[in-house]
Amino acid sequence: MTEKNMPLWEVFIRSRTGLSHRHAGSLHAPDAEMALQNARDVYTRRGEGLSIWVVPSSAITASDPTDKDVMFEPTASKIYRHPTFYEVPDEVGHM
Amino acid sequence: MQTPLLTYTLRLADNALVLGHRLSEWCGHGPMLEEDLALANMALDCIGQARNFYTYAGEIEGKGRSEDDLAYLRDCDAFRNILLVERPRGDFAFTILRQFLYAAFMHPYFERLSASKDERLAAIAAKTVKEMAYHLRHSAEWVIRLGDGTEESAARLQEALADLWPFTGEMFEVDETERALIEAGVAFDPAGIRPLWLDTVDRVFADALISRPGDGWMQTGGRRGEHSEHLGHLLADLQFMQRAYPGSTW
Repeated sequence: MTEKNMPLWEVFIRSRTGLSHRHAGSLHAPDAEMALQNARDVYTRRGEGLSIWVVPSSAITASDPTDKDVMFEPTASKIYRHPTFYEVPDEVGHM
Repeated sequence: MQTPLLTYTLRLADNALVLGHRLSEWCGHGPMLEEDLALANMALDCIGQARNFYTYAGEIEGKGRSEDDLAYLRDCDAFRNILLVERPRGDFAFTILRQFLYAAFMHPYFERLSASKDERLAAIAAKTVKEMAYHLRHSAEWVIRLGDGTEESAARLQEALADLWPFTGEMFEVDETERALIEAGVAFDPAGIRPLWLDTVDRVFADALISRPGDGWMQTGGRRGEHSEHLGHLLADLQFMQRAYPGSTW
């Protein structure tokens, strides 16, 4: 099994209607159709899913961990961006 | 003497149990982790189907035998599964191709059986249809990729096909036991699905770049209790615990 024939895929599962897909893990598969079937077999064995996305891992562009100060540090001092000063009515549900 | 309904239900149960056991033999030995789980999932589907059919068979018989009694305490010649499912698991191509040939038949078969006049059989069949639909989809996709894959995968698939094909005829057999049930609207005539089965097989084989053998001699006997030596070895594995430690549970 080579990486060329069995590339890596990232799996996203939506657990129920209204929620967004969340990253569940990764797996190897020869192509998109088999990746979907493998995702079903590996990540939804206990009724976890209503919908599956699979994405080639190579299609993901990731931020550089050594870059994290520049990327994320500036937000630490801006607490006014958090909506913690509001009360969210129950009827709103998931935001 | 078994009633036709009991024999028929045991045939369905034994097919599912024996194939489920063959699939379960891959647990921990799959060619890759993802497929290891896929095979175990299919094994559990089959064993679940067997449990439902055995429970019903026990009730039809009316002698108080449980699903476990029927699975663990009958000998080879009491088993009524087709020979196809008792063939040793072989390599991955063999296992996948067998699953494909079986599911391509059982999926439409259970679809039709879900309209049986026997409500219990109809209910179990209806529950089983979705499982078999997935087995068919998964195995068909693999058959295509193995056939249209590397030189080695194509050769292994072709070899598996030559080994398995003579065991496919038994799926379509109808004997007197079953004929009576078909006429009563309880069972379904498998001969009616053969054109559909061949169509599925030909369509997938075309994508897999392999062709099916001509219809020559077909093996038969399993449904009458005449089995290959392989079933004995399988049952030795399967039944050892209950035979050595009767009634043990954990």
